[in-house]
Amino acid sequence: MKASAKKPDVDLSIEFAGIRSPNPFWLASAPPTDKAYNVERAFEAGWGGVVWKTLGEDPAAVNVSSRYSAHFGKNREVLGFNNIELITDRSLEINLREITEVKKRWPERALIVSIMVPCVEESWKAILPRVEATGADGIELNLGCPHGMPERGMGAAVGQNPDLIEQVTRWCKQYYSKPVIVKLTPNITDIRVAAQAALHGGADAVSLINTINSITSIDLDNMVAKPTVGSQSTHGGYCGAAVKPIAMNMVAEIARDPATQGLPICGIGGISNWRDAAEFAALGAGAVQVCTAAMLHGFRIVEEMQDGLARWMAEKGYRSLAEFSGKAVANTTDWKYLDMNFQTIAHIDQDTCIQCGRCYIACEDTSHQSIAKLIDAAGARRYEVIEEECVGCNLCQITCPVEDCISMVPQPSEKPYMSWNEDPRNPFRESA
Amino acid sequence: MTHPLNHLPRAGDGTRDSTTALEAEFSDLHPPLTQRQAFIESQRCLYCYDAPCVEACPSDIDIPSFIREIAEDNINGAAQTILEENILGGSCARVCPTEILCEQSCVRNHDAECQPVLIGLLQRHAVDHMHFDGHPFVRAADTGKHIAIVGAGPAGLSCAHRLATFGHRVTIFEAEAKPGGLNEYGIAKYKLVDDYAQKEIDFLLKIGGIEIRHGQRLGDNLDLDTLQRDYDSVFLGLGLGTSRQLGLTGEHATGLMPATDYIKELRQSEDIGDLALAKRCVVIGAGNTAIDMAVQMARLGAEAVTLVYRRGVESMAATGHEQEIAKANGVRIVTWAKPEQVLLDDAGRVAGMRFARTESRGGALAATGESLDVPADAVFTAIGQTFDDTSLSDVRAGQLGQEAGKIEVDGNFRTRLAGVYAGGDCIAAGQDLTVQAVQHGKLAAQAIHNEIMAQQEVA
Repeated sequence: MKASAKKPDVDLSIEFAGIRSPNPFWLASAPPTDKAYNVERAFEAGWGGVVWKTLGEDPAAVNVSSRYSAHFGKNREVLGFNNIELITDRSLEINLREITEVKKRWPERALIVSIMVPCVEESWKAILPRVEATGADGIELNLGCPHGMPERGMGAAVGQNPDLIEQVTRWCKQYYSKPVIVKLTPNITDIRVAAQAALHGGADAVSLINTINSITSIDLDNMVAKPTVGSQSTHGGYCGAAVKPIAMNMVAEIARDPATQGLPICGIGGISNWRDAAEFAALGAGAVQVCTAAMLHGFRIVEEMQDGLARWMAEKGYRSLAEFSGKAVANTTDWKYLDMNFQTIAHIDQDTCIQCGRCYIACEDTSHQSIAKLIDAAGARRYEVIEEECVGCNLCQITCPVEDCISMVPQPSEKPYMSWNEDPRNPFRESA
Repeated sequence: MTHPLNHLPRAGDGTRDSTTALEAEFSDLHPPLTQRQAFIESQRCLYCYDAPCVEACPSDIDIPSFIREIAEDNINGAAQTILEENILGGSCARVCPTEILCEQSCVRNHDAECQPVLIGLLQRHAVDHMHFDGHPFVRAADTGKHIAIVGAGPAGLSCAHRLATFGHRVTIFEAEAKPGGLNEYGIAKYKLVDDYAQKEIDFLLKIGGIEIRHGQRLGDNLDLDTLQRDYDSVFLGLGLGTSRQLGLTGEHATGLMPATDYIKELRQSEDIGDLALAKRCVVIGAGNTAIDMAVQMARLGAEAVTLVYRRGVESMAATGHEQEIAKANGVRIVTWAKPEQVLLDDAGRVAGMRFARTESRGGALAATGESLDVPADAVFTAIGQTFDDTSLSDVRAGQLGQEAGKIEVDGNFRTRLAGVYAGGDCIAAGQDLTVQAVQHGKLAAQAIHNEIMAQQEVA
């Protein structure tokens, strides 16, 4: 028996688009949710919900051997992850039977079924009642798979066409009574159009992002990309920590769009820890899905995710996710509304500076020549910001290896807020 | 002359079960990094601008650049970056006191990690794993010029290699049977293992155009006048061949010998079990040679090794790191004690040393009046090396200027004699550092080349 630790008094449970879940951490539709065995292990580990790996029409898809590759960081940490797997390669019947059994055994966990069938009404009409019969809590439309399936007119081929998104969503709402989540592909130019189409079709929520078209690396000896199937390769879908910034921007775009105001968003893309999840929530996500982090570390990471989120929420006084979900949306705006009178300047803390000179050379070579390199009488080097030259770009702070050594200090200003629209330097300003 | 330690037992006698166990005591002091360790360590380098480590390196190696090349899986690029400034980069990586040079200046000492990047081990990794098709440097077209180098130590070898790249022919005159100088004869065995000095020289000579003649000793069967006449230029990398003496009665007693002589025997020994073992010994001195001597005798199986220095620890020339190695090997360090008398037994052999206790009086060393006897089967002196005067005994060599007992040179390593250059430990600026000798040789080669080429233009 462990000592009974004091736990933060917050409620992590959510209700997302009508689906209840004991916590906001769901496993995304992917290999970890391919079958009952994995899903039950995930539930045992504490995951609040699971999006079952995408079902399709029989005969089931057939996968190739050699399926994943990675974009590695300096010390072999996986920055980004790439896969060329298709949807489930097991029969529809087996999947439906297992879904039914798992839902019965885990009634309080969210179980959503991902579906991808051809873009014809009959196909959806045929599969949806069978999915509904499993007792699962909702469905997620896989309109985003970027490899293999689009060549067959499915996945991203649908997700890249707003008319088809709307049409398929409408069929789902027609033939299925529970919540319908539309999963969006990032392989488009404006995510808002896809979200609007889903909303028009009657979607209860959107989830995003699906994976991004990618080639992670080339085997330069054999001149072929990875993963290598025989002597060839193909592009895959990119996910993992590296895609988080892209995903967060797309989530924010939809959250900010008046046309999709209030449409629940399930955040997906590189979420690896509680902080990532909190950030997605701050941009409007009501739940999050995780895949790569679980594939790299196993299911138990959800323990730290729940604990970290709960403690942070308790510290901030948030009793539920809903209390801070979307709180950063209002502060995310268009460039033209930023305050032209705001000025921040770099400050180097000489006590913690280790004199590596990285800030100096970064500023000198590539920015605004705003850092002076000084040598004192004893030969010691010292780097100082030339404040009148500093534009507050943050580059020095980013390149500094010492945390908190360089800080960006907002300068006091007498001047009021002034957007570019109001700026006299703007020849096209809106206000006179 | 009989060996001063012939009366002592052999290291392989009794206590040690085999030579293999003894050999293990002399394996690599700092084992090399594995591929993975080197890769991880290379990531710690911050790639500083105007990096302090480069400023601290006597041979000007672009350290951030070679480390970044290791990190980018470009081991040949890393090795070439090192070798183009320091052709003996492999041995320097092993013997350099990095703790007072590049690694001391690493900015990582100041950040939260408080631990420098392991530059020496990374340098060794790069040079150990290079895999060039042939020699990594090109020899320019033959200039028809021929340069004489005296001494095949680090300074001479470095000078020879650089001159060869310029297309000059080089003949090195070496007194000993093997090239390498202190790398071959003077460095503690566990710092340069597996005959590394010779392997490195084999590599260096692949540039071509360099000939080494052994058994050639200046002032004996070689004279400077001839060299000056027969060659286009001369470089003197003589080193410091003579050990300083105590100046006490009993200096030549059986049981007393210079540490460098013993280290030379140890390094050249085919079977270290045959080496004389001084179960109780005294090492006099405070430099790295004294430490090397004390530690090696301890590793050979000595029971009581006492290192004695006339001043305090803070004045010792051996680095803190070296002192730690000594302590870790059970060496007792006694400070503030000055050699006073060699104690002899009835047979006239060394029985110990008597020291006069000292103290600092206003910076000057003074005897306190107390004395200290340390019983010992052997006494090793490591109180510094001096210039071997006999090597400059011929008339021409006598015309070389001297400064503080060493050869005087200008900023371009030119002596007072036309066309005669010198570098390494034999010049005043020499600091008993391999890496500095390499730098001297390299810069002197450049100066020699410039002068020869300038003369050619005039002609």
